[in-house]
Amino acid sequence: MSFDPVFTFGTIAAAALIGFGVSHAIDGTPSRSRVPTATAELVALTPGSFEHPQPGEFLRDNHPVPAPVAKETIDTPLEIMKFQVTASDYDRCVSDGACKPADSRLVGNVPVTGVSFLDAQAYANWLSAKTGETWRLATDVEWAYGAGERFRADIEGGDGDPADPARRWLAQYRNEAALGRKADPEPRPLGEFGTNSKGVADIAGNVWEWTSTCYAHVTMTSDGVASSLSNCGVHVVEGFHRTYMSNFIRDGKSGGCAVGTPPDNLGFRLVHERGGFLQAALRRLGLT
Amino acid sequence: MLTRREALLGSVLTAAAVATIGSTPVMAAAKDVAGLPREKVTLVAPPFVHAHDQVAKGGPKVVEFTMTIEEKPLVIDADGTQLNAMTYNGSIPGPLMVVHEGDYLELTLINPDTNTLAHNIDFHAATGGLGGGALTLINPGEQVTLRFKATRSGTFVYHCAPGGAMIPWHVVSGMSGAVMVLPRDGLKDEKGKPVRYDRIYYIGENDFYIPRDEQGKFKKYDSAGDNYDDTVKVMRGLIPTHVVFNGKAGSLTGENAMKAKVGETVLIVHSQANRDTRPHLIGGHGDFVWEGGKFANPPAKDMETWFIRGGSAGSALYTFRQPGVYAYVNHNLIEAVELGATAHFTVDGKWDDDLMMQVEAPKAIAS
Repeated sequence: MSFDPVFTFGTIAAAALIGFGVSHAIDGTPSRSRVPTATAELVALTPGSFEHPQPGEFLRDNHPVPAPVAKETIDTPLEIMKFQVTASDYDRCVSDGACKPADSRLVGNVPVTGVSFLDAQAYANWLSAKTGETWRLATDVEWAYGAGERFRADIEGGDGDPADPARRWLAQYRNEAALGRKADPEPRPLGEFGTNSKGVADIAGNVWEWTSTCYAHVTMTSDGVASSLSNCGVHVVEGFHRTYMSNFIRDGKSGGCAVGTPPDNLGFRLVHERGGFLQAALRRLGLT
Repeated sequence: MLTRREALLGSVLTAAAVATIGSTPVMAAAKDVAGLPREKVTLVAPPFVHAHDQVAKGGPKVVEFTMTIEEKPLVIDADGTQLNAMTYNGSIPGPLMVVHEGDYLELTLINPDTNTLAHNIDFHAATGGLGGGALTLINPGEQVTLRFKATRSGTFVYHCAPGGAMIPWHVVSGMSGAVMVLPRDGLKDEKGKPVRYDRIYYIGENDFYIPRDEQGKFKKYDSAGDNYDDTVKVMRGLIPTHVVFNGKAGSLTGENAMKAKVGETVLIVHSQANRDTRPHLIGGHGDFVWEGGKFANPPAKDMETWFIRGGSAGSALYTFRQPGVYAYVNHNLIEAVELGATAHFTVDGKWDDDLMMQVEAPKAIAS
């Protein structure tokens, strides 16, 4: 049971914190005081390409293989929250009745944690409605792009040996154990984990982040993907490492099959759709 | 104050116990024992077990052990939850002591003056004197030496039992361990044929009862005495906040996972001093299981899950036949997964397709 990512990681738990702010996006709107303002910074990532290990489980010739690396391209500027959504930001959504209270009892300028994929989505929907703009979770590719040098993919067990499936299990187990990451459960104030080369803060700290990418089983042939079956009841979670969690999980930590590095906490940050900004301005001018 | 009250309770108990022992022929026995060979054993922290012979060499002897009691805060889960632990020799559980039937186990128990409470030890393997509890109560700054004869073979719990309400509190604060008394000619299967083990691991399971604050968060206390009133309230609910192996959720996983090889025979000794449990090796079995722990009874064979009564220690012998990662759990899976009672084995060796193989990997359902 340690090898099924859903069981392994889905039951382990993580809590998520989300902190972000959008004050720049709401200038002049009468509802200003009701939108999050604590951490309004967005980072605009310039377009580019990068090599990216794909998310999911991959099979070739009936046995598991490491995730293939593909060239991914971000072709338009990507605006992503510099910080994770904060507890106080999230509380506003709760006060509006659009979000369920998070499991974490922390308040203020710390990432909101103890939130599920469903909570993160509810928050994005609420914020979009509130601001008249489009806010959403990043895809796995977008998140990895923003994470830059701090991105770490799944913990791999290498090529499966068709004659001995246990080798890969043991390798993966030992790779994960060898990282030696100690549990670090207490969320810290925004910025405590520093900023990466792209100006994005707190990547790979102690809050793993929800993405909009679904878990998938991919069967490959030597010249590419033969078939792929997604399970959108489980989403990609990113942080110190990439893992997969059921949509309703709020705490990634507990769990008997956890090996070395279950997510300490589950939180999120959002991507801002650029088009939405323009549309909102037009809307304010009565042009739409 | 707590210390005094405890000491008082303890001394009353001791007096009563001594009175009931009456006219034991202590002198003659002591004289006989004085002539026996002595062996001094240095204990090691679980899940490991000190070196020992599976079949006794020579006749009965006196096996000497020393344990120092340590009161100290210990973290018991990944959230950093703290237990004001009371420990035998610094570990939860205390070390496994191995002797042979007919040997004398002689323990020197030390309660340093850095501790704040009175402690003692009750050996389920011992006869009389409240398992030794009546003769071992020591205050901080004292030490005591107890000897008892290992009259029957098996795995047996030991625990602190300093009187009244102190007993369960000390036990759920970590004060338990186990003794293994091997038959002089070693372990035997149900037909009396000798069986041996290549490795031995000792797992102590504990139920902890950590009080929570108004927000539901686990509380932290400066000292053991400070938590007493709150902890007893949680204990009386009989629902543990943690059920863990070797003192902490995740103590036997990752880098600390137990190790074995295909073809090796492992003896897993499992104790629970307070509460029933049901060990299960996921993907393996108990080839021979001494569920009640006593080796004079034939072992049960081919068990899937075995029952360890609260207040006892049992053992399971298993020869690994397939490599991989095995989870060893309390098969109340809520306790295993949510409360912490999970350990892992990593087993190296050659995979056997005859025992198992994936005939076809996951793929879309054929239409």
